[in-house]
Amino acid sequence: MASVHDELTGAGRAGAASAGPAVIEVRGLRKTYDGIEAVAGIDLEVRAGEVFAFLGPNGAGKTTTVEILEGYRHRTSGDVCVLGADPTQAGRDWRARIGVVLQESWPEEELTAEECLTLYAGYYPAPRPVAETLELVGLTDHRAVRCGRMSGGQRRRLDVALALIGDPELIFLDEPTTGFDPAARQSAWEVIAGLRDLGKTIFLTTHYMEEAERLADRIAVLAAGRIVAEGTAATLGGRDTEASVISFTLPPGVAAADLPPALAECVTRTANGHVEADTTRPLRLVGVLAGWAQARGIDLPDLDVHRPSL
Amino acid sequence: MSAVITHPGRAAGTRRELPYPIGHQFHADLLCYRRNLQSVFFTMLMPVLFLVILASIFRNATVGAPGGSIKESVYYVPGLIAYGLITAAFSNLALSVVRNRESGIYKRRRATPLPASVVIASRAALAALTALAITVVMLGIGWAAYGASIPGRTAPAFVLDVVVGAATFCCLGFAVASVIRNVDAVQPVIWATVLPLSFISGIFIATAELPRWLADIGYVFPVHPLAAALLEAYNPHTTGSGLNWGYLAILAAWGVAGLIIAVRRFNWLPRGG
Repeated sequence: MASVHDELTGAGRAGAASAGPAVIEVRGLRKTYDGIEAVAGIDLEVRAGEVFAFLGPNGAGKTTTVEILEGYRHRTSGDVCVLGADPTQAGRDWRARIGVVLQESWPEEELTAEECLTLYAGYYPAPRPVAETLELVGLTDHRAVRCGRMSGGQRRRLDVALALIGDPELIFLDEPTTGFDPAARQSAWEVIAGLRDLGKTIFLTTHYMEEAERLADRIAVLAAGRIVAEGTAATLGGRDTEASVISFTLPPGVAAADLPPALAECVTRTANGHVEADTTRPLRLVGVLAGWAQARGIDLPDLDVHRPSL
Repeated sequence: MSAVITHPGRAAGTRRELPYPIGHQFHADLLCYRRNLQSVFFTMLMPVLFLVILASIFRNATVGAPGGSIKESVYYVPGLIAYGLITAAFSNLALSVVRNRESGIYKRRRATPLPASVVIASRAALAALTALAITVVMLGIGWAAYGASIPGRTAPAFVLDVVVGAATFCCLGFAVASVIRNVDAVQPVIWATVLPLSFISGIFIATAELPRWLADIGYVFPVHPLAAALLEAYNPHTTGSGLNWGYLAILAAWGVAGLIIAVRRFNWLPRGG
């Protein structure tokens, strides 16, 4: 059995991404609020041209982490390097190289989409053309609509356009499709997939497994401030039919029978609290498990996802 | 600068200057203001409405002012110029700053290379422009409708009063915005400060007609010195230049206090709540 992690770091992983230099490097990142650890020791690396997804339930620490990477929040401890700089120390030059889609933000209501983009284009040394950017996110027909009168889906496209207007190397997307109906989500995915073709490095957070699977080269599953599984869409998402094994140890006093039904029915082996479950959709199950463990305040320090070696 | 069109900013050795887009930002801020009917109503129409109503109610009355009595319709012109100036430089500014901060507009701008000084300077310039505009409108209405005019010898004092007043209330606007936690609280805070102070500072009711203790309270706050300084420029009984350094000093002290709070507490991020 080779763990997913071994497989990832091994040579010959698919995708041009692995060739690029590191754009984001994080070691031992922790963030504590009033004694509560929102981020409990995260290591990650994102390379140039890669689409990286941070997948996890609400409250897992996704936004805290991404806002530390964007320079909005200070970390409690750990090393963070984004585009060669510490985000908390980075200046205007650095901000000209990133694009940010916040989880929640409104545009200037009184401006039209086109005016809004023109305004933000003026902040950057070498912006993308406004018309082309509108086209890219599919807002050309709505360019004269005041932002205050846009639908949620249109506003989210504008958010993406505003993040792109400075022609950044690295784009952060914090839950870009939360609250969307399926049609709006589908078209947002097309926009984001288009960013990959522009050669951008993308750091995406989401709590939709399907979104991570669809868009990302590499996925890290976050629960309770820790990365509990990491892999490609193929290895974690179960696009291949190969079964994976999820293993973890339950703390004393918690029985395997207490596990959520979706997980319990896949359990193949239990011994002394150690549980193994076989599945072809490990990502879905890890999400279920993480949510369940978090709700109960249970920690699963040895949670692992393996695939039978081929 | 070489013409890099194909892929801006990526050509080797090309390092473009980061812009300092103050004019660009001001253009957008002005556009937002003009399209916001609520802002335009409160800053441009309310002071005019108050002037017309008060001057019409008391059109035949006279009121005590330093040096003698003057027509009440004349008295209200400088008072409501002060009121309009405060609405433009203080109330409207505080409202828009809190709104932009809490809706995440400032947060988004924080992720761009835009310097904080451009955001602040542009919004201050809009406050100055709207304060100037309402002052000019009120000057015109006062002169045309109520025969209120400023003698040439006090005109420089009037200009200085307007400049110091606008700067002071602009600083106070940023300061108040920095301590308000959410958009819903802005209007109540503004009304609860500006309105009572206007009543006890000689804007709606002449200071001479107030109980002494109420007037004394008004003297401490920045509304009274602005209204009184503008009245001095309008008052036909004023001898000399009409410059009152005492009023200007009180105003400036409030302005500096506001500036210190604003600079220390300015925040790009929503405060929540």
